[in-house]
Amino acid sequence: MARIERSSSALSVNPLKAGQPVGGTLATLGFRGAMPLLHGAQGCTAFGKVYFVRHFNEPVPLQSSAVDPMSGVLGADDNVTSALATICQKSAPALITVMTTGLSETEGTDIHRLVRAFRSAHPEHAATAIAAVNTPDFLGTLESGYAETVKALIDALVPGAESAGTRPGSAPRRVNVLPSSALSPGDAEAVTELVEAFGLEPVLIPDLGASMDGHLAEQDFSPVTTDGTPVEALAGCGDAAATLVIGASLHAAADRLRERTGVPDYRFDHLMGLPATDRLVTALCEIAGRDQPPQRIRRHRRQLQDALLDTHAVLSGTRVGIAAESDLLKALATLLYDTGAEVTTPVAPDRAAVLSELPTETVYVGDLETLERQGRADGVELLLGSGHAVATAQRLGVPILQCGYPIWERVGLHTRPRVGYRGSRDTLFELANLLLEHREHTGGVRPYRSRYRSALTA
Amino acid sequence: MRTQEIAALLDEPGCPHSPGQKGGCARATPGAAAGGCAFDGAQITLLPIADAAHIIHGPISCAGSSWDNRGTRSTGPTMWRFGMTTDLSEQDIIMGRSEERLFHAIKQAVDDYEPAAVFVYNTCVPALTGDDLEAICKSAAQHWGTPVVPVDCAGFYGSKNLGNRIAGEALLNHVIGTREPEPLPPEGQGQRIHDIGLIGEFNIAGEFWNVLPLLDELGLRLLSSISGDARFQEVQTLHRSEANMLVCSKALMNVARQCHERYGTPYFEGSFYGVADTSAALRSFAESIGDPDLSERTERLIAREEARIDAELAPYRERLRGRRALLYTGGVKSWSVVSALQDLGMEIVATGTTKSTEADKARIRDLMGDSARMLDSGAPRTLIDTVHGHDADVLIAGGRNMYTAYKARIPFLDINQERPHAYAGYDGMIELARQLCRTIDSPIWPQVREPAPWEQEPAPWWEAAAS
Repeated sequence: MARIERSSSALSVNPLKAGQPVGGTLATLGFRGAMPLLHGAQGCTAFGKVYFVRHFNEPVPLQSSAVDPMSGVLGADDNVTSALATICQKSAPALITVMTTGLSETEGTDIHRLVRAFRSAHPEHAATAIAAVNTPDFLGTLESGYAETVKALIDALVPGAESAGTRPGSAPRRVNVLPSSALSPGDAEAVTELVEAFGLEPVLIPDLGASMDGHLAEQDFSPVTTDGTPVEALAGCGDAAATLVIGASLHAAADRLRERTGVPDYRFDHLMGLPATDRLVTALCEIAGRDQPPQRIRRHRRQLQDALLDTHAVLSGTRVGIAAESDLLKALATLLYDTGAEVTTPVAPDRAAVLSELPTETVYVGDLETLERQGRADGVELLLGSGHAVATAQRLGVPILQCGYPIWERVGLHTRPRVGYRGSRDTLFELANLLLEHREHTGGVRPYRSRYRSALTA
Repeated sequence: MRTQEIAALLDEPGCPHSPGQKGGCARATPGAAAGGCAFDGAQITLLPIADAAHIIHGPISCAGSSWDNRGTRSTGPTMWRFGMTTDLSEQDIIMGRSEERLFHAIKQAVDDYEPAAVFVYNTCVPALTGDDLEAICKSAAQHWGTPVVPVDCAGFYGSKNLGNRIAGEALLNHVIGTREPEPLPPEGQGQRIHDIGLIGEFNIAGEFWNVLPLLDELGLRLLSSISGDARFQEVQTLHRSEANMLVCSKALMNVARQCHERYGTPYFEGSFYGVADTSAALRSFAESIGDPDLSERTERLIAREEARIDAELAPYRERLRGRRALLYTGGVKSWSVVSALQDLGMEIVATGTTKSTEADKARIRDLMGDSARMLDSGAPRTLIDTVHGHDADVLIAGGRNMYTAYKARIPFLDINQERPHAYAGYDGMIELARQLCRTIDSPIWPQVREPAPWEQEPAPWWEAAAS
């Protein structure tokens, strides 16, 4: 049981936190033909767009209600309805999520009423699904904004079992998967492949592995996302045999899905390392009615075991600092703990129930300055964190594994799977190699030259 | 190399193997051989001489499979990280061009890298075709104005151990005694300084830097080491040493003995592994030199260092007490590491003695009692069975056994020359303890040992008891 230590500093230096609207945007990007819309000033959208464009190296659809000084004071409700109308006319997206921001929440916007009003005023745009969600940035983080948005999308798009006539298990191969924001596009793809290996048909909600995986589409331009979870697929959630929920941040969304559909769910805090993946694979065996997983998966498990052996001498005893959102923090800390590393300095941007279950003595709620100061005090030898933490690592003189959001100065890292037997194995190798390379230059005994040695010998 | 010369090297009067029933070093058994060849042994002995170029004369395999594989460290140049070979081709061999090629190879190394000297290692093919290594090296040295040392160490001459001696012989015949030491730098003037030498210390992972500051403090000038962090010019002056320590008991016995015979330098065998042995080594220097003031200062330093390390080791002793180790390593380490592990409160279930001398074995009996279990086979099956049979917590052996241990889900510590950690000296003990804790207490063991959830598990004990 980890003790949670919260920073009492008035000034956040080098923030670890990204706001809820950014998280809601991320969740929306996992749907096909989608357009996220932020109800706020233009900057909310501009910054959010650049954040993801640089992270994914992809064009990112994101629109703004463009609240200006006048509407900011007198009321910006019209901005929302006209923004929705414009987007529908121009791009006819399959889905728009309307997210609030600190600005619109402070104004007191009732975003749900505005969407209802738009629906009745514009029946000609009925083909576009619209979901509204409250994502003020004065509350929560990217992770909670993502989770809230997933819940809002379930609310808006998954029909109740009675009204829709769905029945759990009537599509016996179908499995709903709710992946938290801790899962990158590469992770989502790995989960898809793992579930498919059991002959099951996964529907990820949302599916960043399909939309933000960095694929070159047929069309030369698209104003909306080019792939992802089809909106129609949510109508069939109630027929699935089971739901897999990955990440504690999604519990409220998972509760909502279960209430609506009655589909039983399996919940996992994360999928990194052997024990966590064992739990998922055991669940998949049960859902698929198999005694054991397919041969290929069993081999992948043995490969992970071997990687544990090959890396533990390097990783064990290593003092590690991690800065990440709660679900990813839990995953990475557990993976490292299971190899014998000592996660001395885990830092999360905000409180979350899952933090107290971390396999560490203390969890810090703070920023990257917390990571830097506490990490220096703890003598960390390795960091895990976003691209923002690279400078931290440089100042601490330790190597860093870049993961989480955002990663701006490297390409393709978001496509690298870190979950499951395979992803865990490759991550362990990557971590061990970072340390080995670093120790080649700095490790070991300090060179000592005898004071009696002749100056003539170099 | 002539048969008589090989026989002479194998018959090492200083080595307790020789007067026994065995005729010198054990021969390898075809089909059941383990360990390196004479070339391997010669090369690893000399490579740490950091400012010399090391040219391997032969087709590619000898250099190609072995270059940049020496875990030594230097305060300055690192020439051993350059792999140099004549890479002889079929045409070179058929047309008899390999000698010429070697001659030019030496020139190229001298021109491009300006080494302090060049060591040329003979390998099987040119040894068979009869290249005159000695003559080429002599001629090259005259032509290019840089010492060129022939090391006639074709693999088929014998074992890695023989190769160590061949390397030692090359140093005795071509290097040691060819230069006088530099005057002491100003830092050393005004106090009584004694010159010493180390034979068979290779500064693996920089571990000797744990010890060298202590020698400085005692006023012991390390004239030269063979060959950790050594420079060619330093090795040339070893004949002026007042006392030599033979760090790897068997490998370079010939160098220590002949320095004694030729130059009257006393030598002793010792080890820097473990607290007790490090202290004993420092004491032996003082005794060999016979300076009462040095002895007194040495005792004070030992008392201070032992007290410091004792305190630092306390938390590790707590964790390691009663843990059981199987030790399988060569020569001197078969007993020196035993004493290091006993310092930590560990039990040694057995130790490997394949490469140990009778004297090594006697020391093992001193440490472990007459019932000491000695293994004279390092076959993987034997090691694994011994670990399981005696409930060992960890296998401590050379790197080649690492994956044998891992595949058998056994904790492992690498103790041989490729190891990445520095275990020598007082501070090395802390590193050894730390690394042992890291593997023994790792949480991976249940993960790799327990069956997968879907695998058939044995019935729980209460069900078994009921039926």
